[in-house]
Amino acid sequence: MTDEATVIDAPPSARAGPVRSVLNELKVPALALLSALVVGGLFIIFTNPECLYAWARFSNDPARALSRSWDAVSDAYSALFMGAVGSRRAISETLTLTTPLVLAGLSVAFAFRAGLFNIGAAGQIIMGTIFAGFVGFTFDLPAPLHVALAVVAGFIGGALWAGLAGLLRATTGAHEVITTIMLNFIALRFLDWLLTTRLFLPDGRDNPVSKRVVESARLPRFSEDLRVNAGILLAILAVLIVWWILQRSTLGFQVQALGLNADAARYAGMRTAALIVGAMAIAGGLAGLAGATIVLGITPLITGGLPSTGYDAIAVALLGRSNPIGVFFAALLFGGMQAGALQMQSATSTPVDIVIVIQALIIMFVAAPELVRAIYRVKADGGDTPTFTANWGK
Amino acid sequence: MTDPSVTTAGADPDEPQQPTTSAAVDAVDGRARRRARTAGIIYLAVGLGIMGLFGLGSESGLSSSFGLSEGGGSDSFFLTLPSRGTAMLIGVMCAAFGGIQLARGFRRRGLVTVAVITLGCFAFLVWATRGQDFSLVGMLQTTVTRSAPIALGAMAGILCERSGVVNIAIEGMMLFAAFVGAVAASAAGNLWVGLALGIAGGAALAAVHAWLSITFRVDQIISGTVLNIFALGITSFLATGLLRDYPSLNRSGTFRPVPIPGLSSIPVIGPVLFNQNIFIYLMFVLVPLLTWSLFRTRWGLRVRSVGEHPKAADTVGIDVYRVRYRSVIMGGAMAGLAGSFLSLGSLGAFENNMTAGRGYIALAAMIFGRWNPFGALGAALLFGFAEALQTKLAIIETPIPSEFLLMAPYVVTLLVVAGFVGRSRAPAADGQPYVKG
Repeated sequence: MTDEATVIDAPPSARAGPVRSVLNELKVPALALLSALVVGGLFIIFTNPECLYAWARFSNDPARALSRSWDAVSDAYSALFMGAVGSRRAISETLTLTTPLVLAGLSVAFAFRAGLFNIGAAGQIIMGTIFAGFVGFTFDLPAPLHVALAVVAGFIGGALWAGLAGLLRATTGAHEVITTIMLNFIALRFLDWLLTTRLFLPDGRDNPVSKRVVESARLPRFSEDLRVNAGILLAILAVLIVWWILQRSTLGFQVQALGLNADAARYAGMRTAALIVGAMAIAGGLAGLAGATIVLGITPLITGGLPSTGYDAIAVALLGRSNPIGVFFAALLFGGMQAGALQMQSATSTPVDIVIVIQALIIMFVAAPELVRAIYRVKADGGDTPTFTANWGK
Repeated sequence: MTDPSVTTAGADPDEPQQPTTSAAVDAVDGRARRRARTAGIIYLAVGLGIMGLFGLGSESGLSSSFGLSEGGGSDSFFLTLPSRGTAMLIGVMCAAFGGIQLARGFRRRGLVTVAVITLGCFAFLVWATRGQDFSLVGMLQTTVTRSAPIALGAMAGILCERSGVVNIAIEGMMLFAAFVGAVAASAAGNLWVGLALGIAGGAALAAVHAWLSITFRVDQIISGTVLNIFALGITSFLATGLLRDYPSLNRSGTFRPVPIPGLSSIPVIGPVLFNQNIFIYLMFVLVPLLTWSLFRTRWGLRVRSVGEHPKAADTVGIDVYRVRYRSVIMGGAMAGLAGSFLSLGSLGAFENNMTAGRGYIALAAMIFGRWNPFGALGAALLFGFAEALQTKLAIIETPIPSEFLLMAPYVVTLLVVAGFVGRSRAPAADGQPYVKG
């Protein structure tokens, strides 16, 4: 099975003190973020017509080219920053967008710890929104019960979907990367179909937008004029529970044993097949919760399409080094970037998509610690890069 | 046994390298027999299913008409078949294949599987068009065009993975190439320049994949994911930023179909195969060429040896890193061709995220086709058929929602990967970084 698999978060070296080890842990992600912002800045400069014009006349007026470039990058990044934390509303938006990222990131991170690569968070999020949304707009219940039921339904939807991938992996050895990609598209088409049925469409409408989740099933907001809601508390709770499972419970111990060496786990008497199914189901359930917080907290109706959160989650898990606390802060960073990007686009006309580029660069630098070490000539503790391809296509 | 590639290659429980004892031979024989029996049962079940669903499902007396010439005016040629009788006949044929398979077994089961799938698709069409008429040629034409990017993308995957590098970045390479191709063709006002640069764009992204995964030994799936996200980000960023301000950079036009004199006037086959654009012809050339090069040339032997057992290849003096770099970059060029098809061969412009998952479908086609070019082409045609069906069936009435037809290829791939239809086996060292020394 996964004899090659190692988890992303190698235990920090025991000789260093706690503060030192935390700083050491942070070195690669911080340098990765810095490098990604620098490269992202280059992309901003070389797609800005004014900058390009100035650079074309570099030999006549080098200072102008440099100052133009500096202005373009600093304007974009400061708008990004202000859009993320610059006001009450900005902070609310950041927390709102952070919520599903935390949960989906935890999903990918938990699977990582078990040596499984859950690339299918997108499909699980879809199933989560379907289940949670269905409960949310079909039933008529008192508020606290209704929200709770809808959230649980979201968890179950995601857990079933990923559990299927886990079951296929455990019984037939089908690699979860392929099965979860396929399940993503199956979930997408399934949702497309549901959005043609009367079960999901509001009466008299035919365009593929579902009924609205009723007020009693929405996650309560903290303030009338802000979008931030109880979803963020749910996300924090999930972080603590996942941390507890991984650090303090037998299940967590077994899951990590599976991730470090599946053969050893089997010889030690663990039921690896059940563990694989269980780990995938929990991971899927977390992604399903992400879907629930989207439909119950952000947009109260379901539309088609693969949610981009599914792929952002991979970036979040890698940047957070599969540690629940790390995932939370990575999600906060990405949530902030996404909230700020909208502000940046309207203020400086730098397209929001630069954030996707920066995210890709961050994962690249985090996944290749040797690259970071080579650039900055530091001796950072990069940890082992994980291997997920051991059972590819078998 | 310190080198991971050695242990895994030898310890693969499903495909023992050299069964020496008679017990091992028996075990292998038993497994092969079981698989042969499963195949027979599946053919039989498909046959009975066709008879039950499409045969009995067609009311007697109705017939299905298939248009066999392009356009479909009043002078066009129709093939009219009795719906129930035809579907029944096809069902009986599939069931007979199953019977023969169970009784004595086919030497070449792959071909029989292809035949059963094709017959099944045709029986479905007969049932869906009962009492109506339907342009079969138009359908097949769309199937071929829809399958081209998938087949070419799958060739990209095969080149990479045969050398031992997992490539889930086909999607990203295709998207990037589609963008570069469209912009370059528009800027230069020449489609060939666009095609060349599109291919180069795919190869450039592949070079990054090779650099990260071979030199830095980043996990190949993570490296692929990075490239997919990066390609999506950079193309959307440039398309929203640059192409919105300069829309003239996104009007490339498309390669026109070039009818091949003589061959294109053959009925049915002519319009389907010989009145297509350059990409389709390239696909038909590249698939056999790649098969021949992989399995009949020294180059192919080296690529496969590096993918199966890099240590052994290294020992006999093959430069593992160089072979892998070359294969990955050539694969990227192939993905670039696939991506260029989307903008230069089909739409004539770039659209955000225009690959829409086709790179992942190409990955599925590669696995479905068991890392063989012809197998992947067959799988791509099946995916293309499902896509074409969805566009064409809107015209005729079927009780099956189109969403489920679009879902079918993914379900089939899931079944294939799970080994229910037939075990596919990846190159032994696929996905394992090689550490020299």
